[in-house]
Amino acid sequence: MSHDTLQRPVRTGPAPGTDPTPRRRKHWSGRANPLAGLGSVLWLAVVVVPVYAMISASLTHQSEALGHNALKPPSHPTLDNYETVLHNGFGHLLWNTVLAAAAVVAIVLVLCVPLSYVAVRTRSIWSGAAFRLFLLGVAIPAQAVVVPLYLMIAKLDLYDSLLAIILPTAAFAMPVSVLILTGTLRDISEDLYEAMALDGASPTRMLFQLVVPLAKGGISTVVVYAALQAWNGLLFPLIFTQSDGPRVLTLGLFNYVSEFGVNIPALLASVVLSGVPIFVVYLVARRALVGGLMGVGGK
Amino acid sequence: MPAILFFAFFAVAPMVLAFYLSFTQWNGLGDPRPVGLANWRKLLNDDRLTQSLTVTVALTVVSWAFQTVISLLLGVWAAGRQRNRAILSAIFFTPFLLSSTAISLLFYALLDPNFGIIHADTLGTTSGAFLAIVFVGGWQFIPFHTLIYQGGARQIPEVLYQAAAIDGAGRLRQFFSITLPQLRNTATTSGVLMIVGSLTYFETVLILTQGGPGTDTAILPYLMYQAGFKSYDFGYASAIASFLVIAATALSLLMVRLSGFGAMRSTREGM
Repeated sequence: MSHDTLQRPVRTGPAPGTDPTPRRRKHWSGRANPLAGLGSVLWLAVVVVPVYAMISASLTHQSEALGHNALKPPSHPTLDNYETVLHNGFGHLLWNTVLAAAAVVAIVLVLCVPLSYVAVRTRSIWSGAAFRLFLLGVAIPAQAVVVPLYLMIAKLDLYDSLLAIILPTAAFAMPVSVLILTGTLRDISEDLYEAMALDGASPTRMLFQLVVPLAKGGISTVVVYAALQAWNGLLFPLIFTQSDGPRVLTLGLFNYVSEFGVNIPALLASVVLSGVPIFVVYLVARRALVGGLMGVGGK
Repeated sequence: MPAILFFAFFAVAPMVLAFYLSFTQWNGLGDPRPVGLANWRKLLNDDRLTQSLTVTVALTVVSWAFQTVISLLLGVWAAGRQRNRAILSAIFFTPFLLSSTAISLLFYALLDPNFGIIHADTLGTTSGAFLAIVFVGGWQFIPFHTLIYQGGARQIPEVLYQAAAIDGAGRLRQFFSITLPQLRNTATTSGVLMIVGSLTYFETVLILTQGGPGTDTAILPYLMYQAGFKSYDFGYASAIASFLVIAATALSLLMVRLSGFGAMRSTREGM
């Protein structure tokens, strides 16, 4: 996803049930709102039916698949499709993707945190210009530069390597990350900096002892955002890699279409599997993930 | 400033290079050969460009309308206090966990005439393919925009509703007189994200329709991908890409002008 934020992250509502402040509501009286309820149930169906069909179909035997309606539960549930996919190097794809995502997050953090710190703390022409450059970067669609990037990557001898995916992905995650971080850092009060400066702290020490702890929210948002960029990107892998070695999950899925072609149950099994890791992350760190996404979306 | 160098190298330099390449002929091997304005001339006389622009704009507008209406209603509803709201919100959120690629594949399978939910060649018709892309985009992004609207709706002061209730305003009246005007900034943010995001439907088009039937759903980025990585006409692809950059930048500036980031930056609190 390439969502761009143009403002600061905002606290998501507290977890249900832990909210001390009464929540206002259209129906303040607490009566149910049948219309809204009906609407939400409708959308629930729109969300659940494809997911259900996907899981049910992925358990269907291939011999049953043709002419089968995906809404019917399989008569003989089977895990064969999952075996097929797992034997097709799924683990390797997942490993590559995790590696790429981790590298992208690392690059983005290492480069963007100091940059945002400098942009917020110094008032020079240069830092302002740099900041504006990044603002402009928000508007550059990644698709628009794949051709020249392809040329550059070929010339750098990076073609068909994991780095060919990591570097451009990180670069394109930077503008939004800088926006999120500068937004967070501006909230740190001037007094704190002054107090630390009086104590004789160097700018570097300030960065690590003051800024990083206080900007945790913004940093976690950036981590989620950058990881998702790497996790979901198909364009860069599609164009900059070719062999099995550096193949990532999205490209693997894309290639399954030609590989499994008519074997739709296997195709869907691979889609389910691709969702499992992030679903686990979601269950474990739901608040951080949703909070991070809200930060990306802004208010 | 390593950060700036890094970004300039991988994002700004390629843009400049794209402009340069758009004046050359290059098949991906060897070196680009300058051909002057040939690519641009070809581009401006290309019927596919007009069609592609139309499709891109139509897709953006229809997606925006579809997603805004549903996200707004769901978001306002989710900001409230119902039983099972947390569970429902969690379920609503699931589509967002899958990548565009995975979601496009899922619907590619579900719309398969021999297997899917609808036993008809949905993707084989122009309107069917178009609506499928709108729907799939919505399915993926509505959860996200719902979150944004939910956040916005939670920030509306309770007091306004209490006052309205005392004045005898009904629920609908409250919705139209309080909720909607109060969500104006939220709608701007969400709208900008939707419009920028609709440029990323590339993956959906690539998997779901391959720009088809014919070239009826070939949005601009897809047209560029075809020219470059299918026909190996990288000069022409660069011309399309440059056009895309100009259009995207103009669009961004226009939206900034219209909405003002000032408005979007107000009303905030730290995380």
